[in-house]
Amino acid sequence: MADAHQPLLQVRSLSVSYGRGGRALRAVDAVDLDLQERECLGLVGESGSGKSQLLLALLGLTAAGARISGSICYRGEELLGAPRARLETIRGRRIAIVFQDPMSALNPYLTIGTQLTEGARRQLQLGRRPALSRAAELLALVQIDAPAERLRCYPHELSGGMRQRVLIAMALMCDPEILLLDEPTTALDVTVQAQVLELLRALRERTGVATIFVTHDLGALASMAGRVAVMYGGRMIEMATAAELYASPLHPYTAGLLRSLPRLDLPLPARLPSIPGQPPDLAELPPGCAFAPRCPLAHERCTTSPELRALPGGRRLACHFVGSPAQVDAAWLRT
Amino acid sequence: MSAAPPLLEVQDLRVRYRGARAPMSWAADAVGGVSFNIGAGESVGLVGESGSGKSSIARSLLRLIPATGSVLFQQRELLQLHGTPLRAAREHMQIVFQDPLGALDPRMNVAELVAEPLWEFRPELEAQHQELVATILARVGLGRELLYRYAHQLSGGQAQRVGLARALILNPRLLICDEPVAALDVSIRSQIANLLCDMRAELGLALLFIAHDLPTVRFLCDRVLVLFRGQLVEQASRDALYGAPQHPYTRALLAANPVPDPARRPAVAVPAAVPSAPQGAAGGCAYRDRCPLAVARCAQEAPAIRQVGASLVSCHRAGE
Repeated sequence: MADAHQPLLQVRSLSVSYGRGGRALRAVDAVDLDLQERECLGLVGESGSGKSQLLLALLGLTAAGARISGSICYRGEELLGAPRARLETIRGRRIAIVFQDPMSALNPYLTIGTQLTEGARRQLQLGRRPALSRAAELLALVQIDAPAERLRCYPHELSGGMRQRVLIAMALMCDPEILLLDEPTTALDVTVQAQVLELLRALRERTGVATIFVTHDLGALASMAGRVAVMYGGRMIEMATAAELYASPLHPYTAGLLRSLPRLDLPLPARLPSIPGQPPDLAELPPGCAFAPRCPLAHERCTTSPELRALPGGRRLACHFVGSPAQVDAAWLRT
Repeated sequence: MSAAPPLLEVQDLRVRYRGARAPMSWAADAVGGVSFNIGAGESVGLVGESGSGKSSIARSLLRLIPATGSVLFQQRELLQLHGTPLRAAREHMQIVFQDPLGALDPRMNVAELVAEPLWEFRPELEAQHQELVATILARVGLGRELLYRYAHQLSGGQAQRVGLARALILNPRLLICDEPVAALDVSIRSQIANLLCDMRAELGLALLFIAHDLPTVRFLCDRVLVLFRGQLVEQASRDALYGAPQHPYTRALLAANPVPDPARRPAVAVPAAVPSAPQGAAGGCAYRDRCPLAVARCAQEAPAIRQVGASLVSCHRAGE
């Protein structure tokens, strides 16, 4: 197994479902994913697409009652079903996560310093003082000024952007190999969002930490990710390099999402392009392709589920229609 | 603007929040003296970051929170009204909130939610209520099958349409939208923005559209106000603001907007350290600690609002 091309993280037919029998719903449906060393993989989807559930499943943090099947291999070691004690040596230490909401992810009763050092003291058996000085170094790394003083602050004394930086610093405390980012910029203002993205880019250049960046914002992702996977209704429907995906999306949903992004760099349209309908209700997924009810290219064959197939050039696509990006675009223009 | 008086005339609006307990007493100006007009049928965007006072302005216009200054709506001073006359004035100004589900009573179904304003303001039309509800729901693009659903059974986009139907059923003259698309999925945002655009054209509504999302404001608004820490730092027509922004903060907002193209990185001038907001920075320009153009004068003297290019700007360095 230990060949040179073994991915850092290999996910195979991972499913997460809740409930049983007729009322069961699949939040994540048979997703395959490889994360290579130093790579930044983008995971895009709307609410209910399963992107956050997938991320939580990787760390064994899904809500009680979730049933998870498939395989999650970290450096060849199966994490799914691994003993809790083993998982705890990996979570935070090897694989760390930054949550979306910087306020609720921090404990309002504890100082930044206590929260930053908690994991490192436990995982790396660091003493209080070395842990605090490591925390101060990392706060400086995420460009917080006067880091030693900030360690004594409580979360409410910091702005939203600073709290998000603290969370990023916290995730980096144990020098993880994989960084999971769950919508790290969604709760932030646009100027602060740009700063946090710039910071993440700089950090990745410096540390080379492999990253999975989950977001609903294709705009924010563009400058971050090398490869992008698009999720819809719990399934992965398209995967390509960022350059290919943004320039020539093949799945009608990806194309629709890209054209729905309001742009400042294009002339003002008479109407904003949009996707009709709404994201699917996981409890009432249509038979076949989940996007078919909103798709301009929907056809009778779409009542059967399209497989995620490998296309020449390494792209992957789950759609019965295999045409050129221009044909997909033309279909949207007719709507 | 034409000779007709504006629909809404706001003069020196101030909203102050206080903590009253004696040892911990504090006061902060969320809105520190803001003046602007909205003409009949005009669409005005109000942009700024969180904490800049956007929502405080929206709520104070409707008298949902106390404020000082002057708010003339249809030439009546709202800040002096109480009781029945205030209620009557509110009939013509309605609000749509950011959190579409939080704004709907979970114990009422869609039909009841949308009819509620009619019961408040047009009880005499009871016989027509059902028909009015059906008409407005069709207009905002909701099917009859949703009539008896409750808020938790709606998606975010549907709930926002219900909020819009509630606001529009009384046929108001001014609609205040407080970040109406921020909580929605990307594919739904443009649906709601298009709907607002249609409704405005159909009903001749004036719109105060509050957002931090500059591209949507560009699509929907004739004129844009830029708010920073409770002060209007720039006001201009859409074309002037997006084409030739004058205030450094407006420029920073525009530059920070991500472009969905992996080959292009947003040009962000990242300040080395982000200071937390110094509340009530006494004297001087509130933006100076983030401003790349700040000079000594900016710390001593608060900039007055003046005309630079096609904008009204408060910045010492604008136009240099």
